[in-house]
Amino acid sequence: MMQSLGLAATYAVIRRDLGLAMRRKSDALTPVFFFVIVVSLFPLGIGAERDTLRQIAPGIIWVAALLASMLSLNRLFEEDHADGTLEQLMLSTAPLGMLVTGKVIAHWILTGVPLLFVAPLLALQFDLAPASLLTLATSLAIGTPVLSLLGAIGASLTIGLRGGGVLIALLVLPLYVPVLIFGAGAVASVNAGLGAESHFSLLAAALALAAFFSPLATTMALRIALE
Amino acid sequence: MINWFKYSTPSTFYPLAGRLAPWFMLAAIAIGSLGLYIGFFLAPTDAQQGEGYRIIFLHVPVSWMSMFIYLVMAFWAAVGLAFNSRLSAMMARALAPTGAMFTFLSLWTGALWGKPMWGTWWVWDARLTSELILLFLYIGIMALQSAIENARRADKAGALLTLVGVVNIPIIYFSVEWWNTLHQGASVSLTRAPSMATIMLVAMLLVSLAAWMYTISVALIRARCIILERERHSTWVHRLNEKKP
Repeated sequence: MMQSLGLAATYAVIRRDLGLAMRRKSDALTPVFFFVIVVSLFPLGIGAERDTLRQIAPGIIWVAALLASMLSLNRLFEEDHADGTLEQLMLSTAPLGMLVTGKVIAHWILTGVPLLFVAPLLALQFDLAPASLLTLATSLAIGTPVLSLLGAIGASLTIGLRGGGVLIALLVLPLYVPVLIFGAGAVASVNAGLGAESHFSLLAAALALAAFFSPLATTMALRIALE
Repeated sequence: MINWFKYSTPSTFYPLAGRLAPWFMLAAIAIGSLGLYIGFFLAPTDAQQGEGYRIIFLHVPVSWMSMFIYLVMAFWAAVGLAFNSRLSAMMARALAPTGAMFTFLSLWTGALWGKPMWGTWWVWDARLTSELILLFLYIGIMALQSAIENARRADKAGALLTLVGVVNIPIIYFSVEWWNTLHQGASVSLTRAPSMATIMLVAMLLVSLAAWMYTISVALIRARCIILERERHSTWVHRLNEKKP
């Protein structure tokens, strides 16, 4: 069962990518620190008015999460492409979609999951109410996998291109917009005393759609890039 | 029966496009000036919005085109990916700049309309925002296509990105119904009688038709340029040069 569905291969890819990242811990931590620094810049730029900060906190944290996830996208395929691993993965008998899913999950564990724990702390600095902290963490938990999934499409399309980093932003950020709207909207509606269920449902719907279509599109893009 | 596949090779499509493009451009100019004349001089003044509403004759056709061109692009992209045909990828590529221009014009005319009616150039409302994202998508697709040097890979990667972005089109189109927004609802729909005077509708449809003709003409011309660029080493292109005195 594990073998035929390629789940074993997915697991192996996740373990490999996490293992590689653990060998160079500073690389893995860079997006997290980037996230923290970007979020802390806003009170300095806008001014430390408590009411203002409370209002803009969800948006700022979500935008910073978007940027942090996007900046680490080039790690997804670029190094594997440079040392030839990617070609070997494509030659493997395991379905490429499952391998891609494994890489995306590893990317999410490295860049999305740390944010879930850091974001509530940053939100405290913005004076968010305790109820909103849980909502923030939940919205990030549903939303950041979508970012990794959509980002994989952009990363696979720009493999090996000059100036790929800037280009990836142009391709991926428009696709990130719905996640930003519903993710930040969830926290804002809890702040306003309304429930966040509708936003969570929409985020989860986006996750379901992205989880199905993104590996398909990514494998296609990889085949185009390496044919 | 016409053999359509005959024209799917660049060498036969190139002269055909050259013959058709001027006629479409002529039609665009003729129909467009007629539509604008009806819109600006014959249509009555609007009861609520006064003379300012007349920008509708540019704004609505241009906005329709911005979405429609994307769908046509997605169609050619899908055909190109499925059948691996060169010409369809070239058509998709030839349409992108025109689509981006119409999207920009849609935002621009919308801002000009918004200032007198809403009192502001811009609001972050669902339809305006999703139209802005459409502009970003067009720009992203063009940027990706021009960043990749290998023409085949550029075509295919652009096509894939076009298909991924196509989810945005229904969101733009239905945004005024799904969300409670400042942007007014659709004045024209296929299912019910239009909520506007017939003469206004005629003017709007004429300008839309002109925008279609313009798009076809410009896309054909651009496709010709792309064909020449790609096929510059082939014998039929060299023969084109010899024919000229």
